[in-house]
Amino acid sequence: MSDVAPKKPASGRRKVELDPRLAAYRGVWVFVEHERGATHPVSWELLGEGRKLADQLGVELAAVVLGPPGPPIRYACEEAFHYGADLCYLIEDPVLRDYRNEPYTKGLTALVDKYQPEIVLLGATTLGRDLAGSIATTLATGLTADCTELNIDLENRSLAATRPTFGGSLLCTIQTLNYRPQMATVRPRVMQLPERVEPHSRRVIEEPLDLVESSIITKVLEYIPDDRQNEAQLAYADIIVSGGRGLKRIENFQLVWDLARVLGAEVGATRPLIQAGWVTADRQVGQTGKTVRPKLYIAAGISGAIQHRVGMDASDVIIAINEDANAQIFDFATYAIVGDAMQILPALTEAFSQHLATIRRAG
Amino acid sequence: MHIVVCIKQVPDSAQIRVHPVHNTIMRQGVPAIINPYDLFALEEALRLKDRYGGFVTVLCMGPSQADAALRKALSFGADDAILVSDRAFAGSDTLATSYALAAAVKQIHRDMPVDLVFAGKQTIDGDTAQVGPGIAKRLGLQLLTYVAKIAALDLEQREITIHRRAEGGVQLLKTELPCLVTVLEGINEMRFATMDDMFRAARHPLKIWDKAAAGIEDLGKIGLKGSPTVVSKVFAPQPKARKADVIETHGNTPKDLAATLVTKLFSHHPQIERQIAGMAS
Repeated sequence: MSDVAPKKPASGRRKVELDPRLAAYRGVWVFVEHERGATHPVSWELLGEGRKLADQLGVELAAVVLGPPGPPIRYACEEAFHYGADLCYLIEDPVLRDYRNEPYTKGLTALVDKYQPEIVLLGATTLGRDLAGSIATTLATGLTADCTELNIDLENRSLAATRPTFGGSLLCTIQTLNYRPQMATVRPRVMQLPERVEPHSRRVIEEPLDLVESSIITKVLEYIPDDRQNEAQLAYADIIVSGGRGLKRIENFQLVWDLARVLGAEVGATRPLIQAGWVTADRQVGQTGKTVRPKLYIAAGISGAIQHRVGMDASDVIIAINEDANAQIFDFATYAIVGDAMQILPALTEAFSQHLATIRRAG
Repeated sequence: MHIVVCIKQVPDSAQIRVHPVHNTIMRQGVPAIINPYDLFALEEALRLKDRYGGFVTVLCMGPSQADAALRKALSFGADDAILVSDRAFAGSDTLATSYALAAAVKQIHRDMPVDLVFAGKQTIDGDTAQVGPGIAKRLGLQLLTYVAKIAALDLEQREITIHRRAEGGVQLLKTELPCLVTVLEGINEMRFATMDDMFRAARHPLKIWDKAAAGIEDLGKIGLKGSPTVVSKVFAPQPKARKADVIETHGNTPKDLAATLVTKLFSHHPQIERQIAGMAS
C-alpha cells in the first residue's frame, strides 16, 4: 500500500462540479458595440477571439446587437456574419437610439436570462465597461476587465481570462467557476482583427425590449462629436512614432513630431510624458493608455518597461532608439539603435525624407 | 445636499516592482495613497459643496491602515469619514465589494439622506471600473460613468446634467437624483488642504464600521464566499524575447546609422516603404 498522500490539486485548478442549471448555459456571445450608426471594430476583434473559444467548447458563436430600428443596425448584424458569427441576437427599439445604461442593461440581461450563454464578451470601451459592470451585478456573476488573453480550461469548461494588474507589473489569470455567464471585457486592438469572409450563416433571432421612453429616467440631450482633425487616431494607425522620458525636455519632443510628419505617422508617448503635460492623454500608449498594432513603431527614448510594452509589442516592426544599451526595449525590438535620440531622430527624419524624395523622383 | 464619495487606499502602482525570483509583488516601502482617480471625485464633491452648501461624507472599504486615506480626505475638506473594515471582507472581488459598499451607503442614507454618490472612474490596482456600476445597480441609482464635466445641478428639481465621454464624442445626459457618478481624470484640479482642515482632520473621530455596523445582512455575499471570480494564477509577464538587429556602422555617426536603418528597413519590409510613400506629406 502506497504511502503517498493523495495529490492535492493546485489551487484554482480544482475540478468544479457546476450546478446542473448553470451547466446548461451554452454558447459564446459577443456584444456588438455601435455609436451614431458606426460599429466599433473591437466587436469584430472579439468575434475573432470568440470563434476560437466557441470552437474549443464546441458551441455556437453569437453576435448580440441592440439598437434603434434602421439600416445601420441591420448592417451591424450583416457584418457580424462576415466576421464569423453563427447567429445574431437582435433587439431593435427606438429607446436604444443612443447608449444609455438602463435600456441596454435591460435588453442584454433579458437576452442572457432567456438564451443562457456561458460566455459573454464586450469591448472595454467606456460603453462596454459601463454596460458590463451593470450586467454582471444584475446577474450576480463574475466579470473580468481588460483581458489580454482568453483561453478555455477544458477540465472545467471554463474561461481562463488573463489580465494585467498593478499597472501591468503582474499578470493574473481569473476564472468564474461557479457562476454563469462568465463575462469579460477586452480593450480595442488587444485581439487581432479577423479576416472578413463570406458568411456561413445569416440566422437572426429578434426579441422585443418592453420599455417605453417615458419610463427611462436618463435622457440624452445632445451628442457633441469630437474634433477628429486634431485628435490622435492611434488605435488603428499603421505607423507610429513615440517618445519617452529619454527625450529629457519638452522641446525635444518636437523631433518626434518632425519625424512623424515625414512618415505620415501618428504620434504617441509614454505615460510620464502625458503626466508632465508634453502631449495630450489621447496619445498615451500603454497599459493604461491605448493598445496599438501598427506595422511600424518607432520608440525614441523609451525604456520599454512593461506598462508601455503591453500597449505596443504587437507591432509588426519596432525600431528602438535609446542611449542605454541595457534598456528593456532592446529585448523585443526589431531594430536597435544605441544612441542619443536627440541626434538620431533628426538624422532619421532627414534620411527618410531623402529616401522618399528619391523614390518619388524615380516613380 | 449630501454627497458620499467612495475612495480606496491603494499601493502606488507606479512604484510596484515584481520580485525577480519569487514573482510576487514587493509591497514593502511602496507608499499607500488615495486612488488618484478618487481624488478627482472628492474635489468635484467639494466644489459642489462650496457652491451649494451641504455635507460630504467619504466612505472607504479597506484594512485598518486605510484610515490614513480617510484622514487625508478630511484634510481636503470632507465633513465625515467612514471606514468599513472587517476580516470577513478578505478576498472580495468587485461583486462582493459593491455589495458591502452599497450596504454602507444605505446605512449612511438612513442617518442623512444621500443625493449623490461619487467615485473615481477606476482604481490603479484593480483597474476594473466595476465597483461604481455595481453600487449603482444595487441601490437602484442612475449610473453616469466617465463624467468629464458636471454641467448643471438643480437641487429643487432633483436633476443633474453631465458630459459623459463616449468613443467618438461627448454625451450630454440629464438624470434624476439620487444618482451615482464616476468621474474622469482631469475633470478638475485638486485643491490644497488648508491648515485648519488638516488640524480638524487629525482630531476628527473616524467612524469604523464592521460588517454589522455597515448593515450587511447576507454574509454569503461578502469576502471570498461572495466573489464569483477567483484568481487561479499570478505571474510575472514572460514576454517573448526577440533578438534585435543592432544597427551599427563604422564610426556610428547619427547620419550613417540613420541611412543604414532606412535601407535595411525598406529592403526587409517593402510594404512599409509602400505605406510611407503613399501617405507622407
